[in-house]
Amino acid sequence: MSDALTRLLSTRDWLMADGATGTNLFNMGLSSGDAPEMWNIEQPDNIRKLYKGAVDAGSDIFLTNTFGGNASRLKLHNAQSQVHELNRVGAALGREIADASGRDVIVAGSVGPTGDIFVPMGTLTHELAVEMFHEQAEGLKAGGADVLWVETISAPEEYKAAAEAARLAGMPWCGTMSFDTAGRTMMGVTSAAMVDMVEKLPNPPLGFGANCGVGASDLLRTVLGFVAQGTERPIIAKGNAGIPKYHDGHIHYDGTPELMAEYAVLARDAGVRIIGGCCGTMPEHLRAMRNALENRAPGPRPSLEVITAALGGFSSASDGTGDDANAPRRERRRGR
Amino acid sequence: MADDDEIILSELSDDELVLQMHDDLYDGMKEEIEEGVNILIARGWTPYDVLTKALVAGMTIVGADFRDGILFVPEVLLAANAMKAGMFILKPLLVETGAPRMGKMVIGTVKGDIHDIGKNLVAMMMEGAGFEVLDLGINNSVEKYLEALERERPDILGMSALLTTTMPYMKVVIDTMKEKGMREDYIVLVGGAPLNEEFGRAIGADAYCRDAAVAVETAKMYVARKHNQLSA
Repeated sequence: MSDALTRLLSTRDWLMADGATGTNLFNMGLSSGDAPEMWNIEQPDNIRKLYKGAVDAGSDIFLTNTFGGNASRLKLHNAQSQVHELNRVGAALGREIADASGRDVIVAGSVGPTGDIFVPMGTLTHELAVEMFHEQAEGLKAGGADVLWVETISAPEEYKAAAEAARLAGMPWCGTMSFDTAGRTMMGVTSAAMVDMVEKLPNPPLGFGANCGVGASDLLRTVLGFVAQGTERPIIAKGNAGIPKYHDGHIHYDGTPELMAEYAVLARDAGVRIIGGCCGTMPEHLRAMRNALENRAPGPRPSLEVITAALGGFSSASDGTGDDANAPRRERRRGR
Repeated sequence: MADDDEIILSELSDDELVLQMHDDLYDGMKEEIEEGVNILIARGWTPYDVLTKALVAGMTIVGADFRDGILFVPEVLLAANAMKAGMFILKPLLVETGAPRMGKMVIGTVKGDIHDIGKNLVAMMMEGAGFEVLDLGINNSVEKYLEALERERPDILGMSALLTTTMPYMKVVIDTMKEKGMREDYIVLVGGAPLNEEFGRAIGADAYCRDAAVAVETAKMYVARKHNQLSA
């Protein structure tokens, strides 16, 4: 394998990814309801600033401003005809910042969910999802992204469609899901089920893991769930910097740089190879994380108790794995 | 108990049938729910009793297990779909018989946000609880919300956002309602995965609803409170 991410992973124990995109762009004046991706062509200097903020804070990997850059999402802004262009430019701006950094920095082409529900309950088919992701992937590839970075996925069908799109585009990829509902994804996927799904893919990702979700504690519990499956595949953790609060007209996440530094060290000790933040994670958080990762000695794998003591409690009692978790309380009257 | 026996719905007593319908709702069995509704109506049940005792009570169980992390979105969508099929039969009958109304809700996902899974669940569960729901869909501007409020005169406005980039837009809507002096005419409920109660309060909503089951409970509480105030 000769892709840039694999090379970098082979030389380092851990890599640091970036933080938030939306939170940073709001601080630069993005209006709520507008498509952040439009700024790739309308306000490219702000996007350069976003990328450079992460690189200067020590990120080895940063994600392009293309999370909502699929046809289904861009349709909201009547920009579905610009999928290729918005993704290509989003990646090209990233390439420019990465190449100017003077060190090895990975440009990860962000691919977020379509927002549609799969058949039979919804309208999305595997073919349609593959087509949309593939279109986006070709744009990111043309702009010079090193790797596709699929994130915040809830449905296993959508994850599989993204895997196929990466194969069609001939790009290495990573993929994370959002575990935000009683320890599972919205569609009910547990950490254990995700490992199982990932290992069965015909085109498995370079790395897999969890992003966004509820808070840093929950995210690390999910990581321990991955580790318990004995996977050798690099694990990715990109947790939110605390919980959103509304303050003077904008969203502010309550996690401090110190808390995110604790989270980063615990993630590494839990076995995570790629550590970053998600919503609310600003350059100052990244600097604190990088500093802690470089200067604090590795420790033993943290227990759930150590995680809650350092980062706060979990949002649900169980993470949905195990035999007795979430068993229906109802006695079935009879079979059918 | 003979587990594999085919159950003939029409041979069950009323009580047995209602319990069986709760099970069938839980399992998202659409045809069985339609059949059950038709049987109860044929036996002389009022449409309102079929709605509350068979369907709403069944969906309450689904809602509780969703809230507690036992059921997830795919199962709830199936259950809601079965519920909807039953409602389709009952709706004209409810109107005909002048059954009591729970209340009316206008709901939509805010501008820039395509995520409508949670919003759809809330709409379905609200209908499941007997509310009349007008769903504005996704990507709603403040103008679209206000126009719908003035046209429909609902009790409740529900707004949903799933992205950090779209959450603040809910405040834009609420602030505009305040400017026009119409904020107090409506119960405003907000929801969406990244939100929390504190956020709901900070933007001036009446309540944040963590999930569809909580939305139904909260809506019932606020509508009851509103009615009490009106009659006081």
